[in-house]
Amino acid sequence: MDFGGIRALDHLDLQVRHGEIVALIGPNGAGKTTFFNCLTGIYPPTSGELILTPLGLPSRQLNGLKPNQITEQGLARTFQNIRLFANMTVLENVMIGRHCRTRAEVFGAILRTPQTVREERAIVETSRALLEKLGLTALADEFAGNLPYGAQRRLEIARALATEPFLLLLDEPAAGMNPQETGELNHLILALREEGLSILLIEHDMQLVMSLSDHIFVMDYGRKIAEGRPEEIRNNPLVIEAYLGEDPHA
Amino acid sequence: MITLKDIRKAIGIGLWFMFLTFPLLVIKVNPVEKTVIWRWHTMLLVGVASFGVYLLYRLVLTRRDVRQERIRLGQEQETTKSNLHFLKAPQFRQSLAGTGILFVLVFPALFSTYQINIMITALMYVVLGLGLNIVVGVAGLLNLGYVAFYAVGAYTYALLHLHFGLGFWTVLPLGGLLGAVFGILLGFPVLRLRGDYLAIVTLGFGEIIRLVLENWNEFSKGPSGIADIPRPGFFGLDMSLETAIIYLYYLMIGMVIFTIFVVNRLQNSRIGRAWFALREDEIACQAMGIDKTRTKLTAFALGATWAGMAGVFFAAKTTFINPASFTFIESAIILCIVVLGGMGSIVGVIVGALVLILVPEYLRVFADYRMLVFGAVLVVMMLLRPQGIVANVRRTYLQP
Repeated sequence: MDFGGIRALDHLDLQVRHGEIVALIGPNGAGKTTFFNCLTGIYPPTSGELILTPLGLPSRQLNGLKPNQITEQGLARTFQNIRLFANMTVLENVMIGRHCRTRAEVFGAILRTPQTVREERAIVETSRALLEKLGLTALADEFAGNLPYGAQRRLEIARALATEPFLLLLDEPAAGMNPQETGELNHLILALREEGLSILLIEHDMQLVMSLSDHIFVMDYGRKIAEGRPEEIRNNPLVIEAYLGEDPHA
Repeated sequence: MITLKDIRKAIGIGLWFMFLTFPLLVIKVNPVEKTVIWRWHTMLLVGVASFGVYLLYRLVLTRRDVRQERIRLGQEQETTKSNLHFLKAPQFRQSLAGTGILFVLVFPALFSTYQINIMITALMYVVLGLGLNIVVGVAGLLNLGYVAFYAVGAYTYALLHLHFGLGFWTVLPLGGLLGAVFGILLGFPVLRLRGDYLAIVTLGFGEIIRLVLENWNEFSKGPSGIADIPRPGFFGLDMSLETAIIYLYYLMIGMVIFTIFVVNRLQNSRIGRAWFALREDEIACQAMGIDKTRTKLTAFALGATWAGMAGVFFAAKTTFINPASFTFIESAIILCIVVLGGMGSIVGVIVGALVLILVPEYLRVFADYRMLVFGAVLVVMMLLRPQGIVANVRRTYLQP
């Protein structure tokens, strides 16, 4: 991915297999969020391919698609700096996630046809169920902007789940969370994997990464510098050097 | 209690207002006798009034502060019921609504044709405000050229009547449809623009429409306008002017009810939520699978339909239209209505429209200072309640 003269992503090769939890780690500025933005269509990649193959379904290429089309294809994301709809209630934020899976249009809205009414009711029910799953039921009618930080992060995940994705992209979901909240997040991600979701996460919390991931990719300066299972990565000298700097005594 | 500091500040404010209003209120030129009259008594009045008002304001504030302090210290019970609590009681609201409806229905019997005309204008602006509310208030797309769709509606009726003799009821849906088409036409070029840039381009669009109407004489008859536009008929009955105006008044009431009904349904639907999401955060909105292009175009089109239909009513009411009625200031007034009423709130926009249009009319009793008072009212509104008359209230969904 090139921005003019700057190569933000250089021959980055990454796979997420079905039902896998993959972590993408690296120092700040390595290009992780840029990679997410390429994946979700905010920046069309200047070269390379993005291919999504849901289980049992044909492959589809995601290059050049608009962000909303990519979400329809089954890729949902959360944002590093939370982007909730602050002046809408928690329930409505999740209901927005259902938009791409429902169909009511202008005339349905005005005339309130039985089909539309049924659809609306289904949207509310599905959204409430998601809130239940993420422990946000008590806050359902609160404005999203008034929520405490941890609840906002969970709401972002609930909203992304409402789009029924195959692959969930989590951008630093544990940022700013205390150990208890991080533990709950751990349980949640494992539970999501049980339901058949594949997850790609960017994280700085090494404990979470090491305990959750099936596979880890490490980036630095836009390039992949290592990949492998958590045990391999933990002791990889390149990774240690990227995070902690060169050993002056070596 | 009033301290010395308060009195000093009050004197300062009195002097300041005397200075501010000096050129307006004190100096009066008599062009006939070529003399200048000095009205010192008005300056004194202004000084005393502002002094008094400020002291009153401080008094109320200190009383409230003292009460807060005493509550904090446990000396006084905190009563959650304020004096204005009765406003929220359902019986009050129902009786208010009942009286309101009765008043609206009986209005023509109580007032002169002139007053009914004013009310019709106010109702047209309610429709316009609700239409622009969709674009600006709900979807967050700043549109400064809304008057263009108003003009499209009015000229649709005028020209279709002139060339094909079509009547009011035939043209009404056509006006709305053509408004929607022009809304989409405006929407396409501005899809990528945001904020100030969107505002300027829409402003330009509004002006383009007006200039085309003014200069393309073969098409629109230019500045001389189009006259003899018929009012809506009642099964071909011949009506006197008074009756026709009353008929139009009831038609406008029906139109307003229809508009409120449709706009309310739109806002509380899947589309309405998508528009709100678009206003809140465009990028997150796209990431959640909402097609930005389609949502924006729908907002523009649906917003413009109301202006188109209001335009048809306008042509029918005034029976003569020319491009001078569709200047930028109209767009600005409608935008004021939406902002004043509270972006996105239907009740707020209705109240805002009625206030903004009716208040200058009823302020005519102030004669020369009408617009001054009106401006002051707007400034005070924006200082005391910048979020609008009715701030954002989102819908709560009942538990299944």
